Amino acid sequence: MRLFKRLPAPLLLGLAILALMAAFAIAPGAFTPYDPLGFDFSALLAAPSLAHPFGTDQFGRDLLARSISATAIDLQIALFATIFPGLLGTLIGLLVGWYGGVVDALFGRLVDLVVTFPFLVLVIAIVAVLGPGLVNMYIAVTIVGWVFYARLMRSEVMVQKNGEYIAACKVLGYSTPRILFRHILPNAIRPVLVYAVTDMALAILLGSSLGYLGLGAQPPEAEWGVLIADGKNFFTTAPWIALFPGTVIVIAGLGFSLTGDGLADLLEVKR
Amino acid sequence: MSLLSVRGISKRFPARRGMVDMLRGRPKLAVHAVEQVSLEVFRGETLGIVGESGCGKSTLARCLVRLHEPDAGAIDFDGADVLGLAGPERRAFNRRVQMVFQDPYSSLNPRMTVGATLGEALMVHNVVPKAEIPRRVRELLDLVHLMENAAERYPHEFSGGQRQRIGIARALAVEPSLIIADEPVSALDVSVQAAIVNLFMELQDRLGLTLVFITHDLRLVKHMTHRVAVMYLGRIVEVGPTAEIFAAPRHPYTQALIRAVPQVKPGRRSGEAAVMGELPSPLNPPPGCAFHPRCPVATAACRETVPGLEARGGAWDVACLLAG
Repeated sequence: MRLFKRLPAPLLLGLAILALMAAFAIAPGAFTPYDPLGFDFSALLAAPSLAHPFGTDQFGRDLLARSISATAIDLQIALFATIFPGLLGTLIGLLVGWYGGVVDALFGRLVDLVVTFPFLVLVIAIVAVLGPGLVNMYIAVTIVGWVFYARLMRSEVMVQKNGEYIAACKVLGYSTPRILFRHILPNAIRPVLVYAVTDMALAILLGSSLGYLGLGAQPPEAEWGVLIADGKNFFTTAPWIALFPGTVIVIAGLGFSLTGDGLADLLEVKR
Repeated sequence: MSLLSVRGISKRFPARRGMVDMLRGRPKLAVHAVEQVSLEVFRGETLGIVGESGCGKSTLARCLVRLHEPDAGAIDFDGADVLGLAGPERRAFNRRVQMVFQDPYSSLNPRMTVGATLGEALMVHNVVPKAEIPRRVRELLDLVHLMENAAERYPHEFSGGQRQRIGIARALAVEPSLIIADEPVSALDVSVQAAIVNLFMELQDRLGLTLVFITHDLRLVKHMTHRVAVMYLGRIVEVGPTAEIFAAPRHPYTQALIRAVPQVKPGRRSGEAAVMGELPSPLNPPPGCAFHPRCPVATAACRETVPGLEARGGAWDVACLLAG
């Protein structure tokens, strides 16, 4: 309880949003009586009402139920599309920052190569080659996304490795793995962690974009981006189909951003 | 008998060259941080190394513990060639030669408790059995006059002086015979400086340590060292017993430094500048004796001949053509 009092309000709000999302993902049935895949031909394109707070789509499927059932997939996207590039990029950035020299020069050119292409274009190109689907999307995001984590990590490691506490480690004869993982990593990881949480919001948007384009989650799986894509044809007559899943994305993104910002303050090193 | 013997070590750092310099064919420049330094450190003594900022004393210290690899020369520690050590032998050397750093704020890992920092050194070198590490950590904290409960706390909870004690305890954890202290008090308040200096002297007494104490503060040198080496622009210009050098310095640079020691009594203040001008650029040291542009007694020969560090008819070595 004391911990909660010490946490800043934005972080608490962010964590509350994420906790609600997690609850949606774990037990979607507990929040709505409707089946997200169940057709109801008596309520086609029904406007939001007490019975259907988010309205229904062209098949009479309840949009609240679909938005909630989509949470599991979107949270999975948020996690996997940041964890894999995050781990790979952190490890590469750690080694590049530490060894420097030729390794660093090669790394620089590789980064140039990847960032020359717009992120989304490169991901779409890779997914197009590998074929649509979530697993291939994670592979594509990892191939492109590690660069950003590696750059962050590299620059932080270059600062940390010149600290006198690292010199002290060397004078004490510590092994390089010990210095890298026990001393440099914990002191250099903060920007990466903060970026990762913010990146989760971007990952949801990316997953939604790819879903919208038909390259991410495949129907009939409900996914926020797919829901919006479904709603675009009815936007003039039934705007709620696209509007409510879009709002959910915004709120989820807000949850991750607030958590990321709060984490940045919380993890600040006291010197 | 000497514990550490340094023979003719040099360390140069290449300066960054821009593309324009390269195209114009300008010569490669290097900072001559340490030039041809030879030095003996005797068992159980405190050797002071003094000099202005930028004279290479920290680089020399870092060469001694191999944080920098010297470009030339040799270092012997207890009969073994330090620069050739690798693997377990090098770790054994690390255990016997430790360093205390200048900045107590950056020399401790901010994410590790004091107990974890000290315990790690004990564990890596198997100084004591694992079960006894907490007890040994408490002993180390006691040795440097810190409270026992310091072990559970993080570096940011301590003051500069306390942190420096933690840094000293970390160096002592592996039970070294030689400690190289690189300006260990220059980042501290004067009142705290005295306490840390006294701690060094007390530890040396109790543990029989050999100490190399690097500083730019001549009063500290006079107070706590047995011998002193004076550095100027990467070279040692005079080395000998502290009391005798302070009584009758032989090198013009040492003479100027000692004249410049701040005097508490107004009547004893001389009012004149110690040394004229600035320290020349170590990128392009003057030919001959590096001190000649600032030397009040320089002759034509000083501009051409580099004076070696020799006895020159006195009781200790001095690098000045005019001494003797």
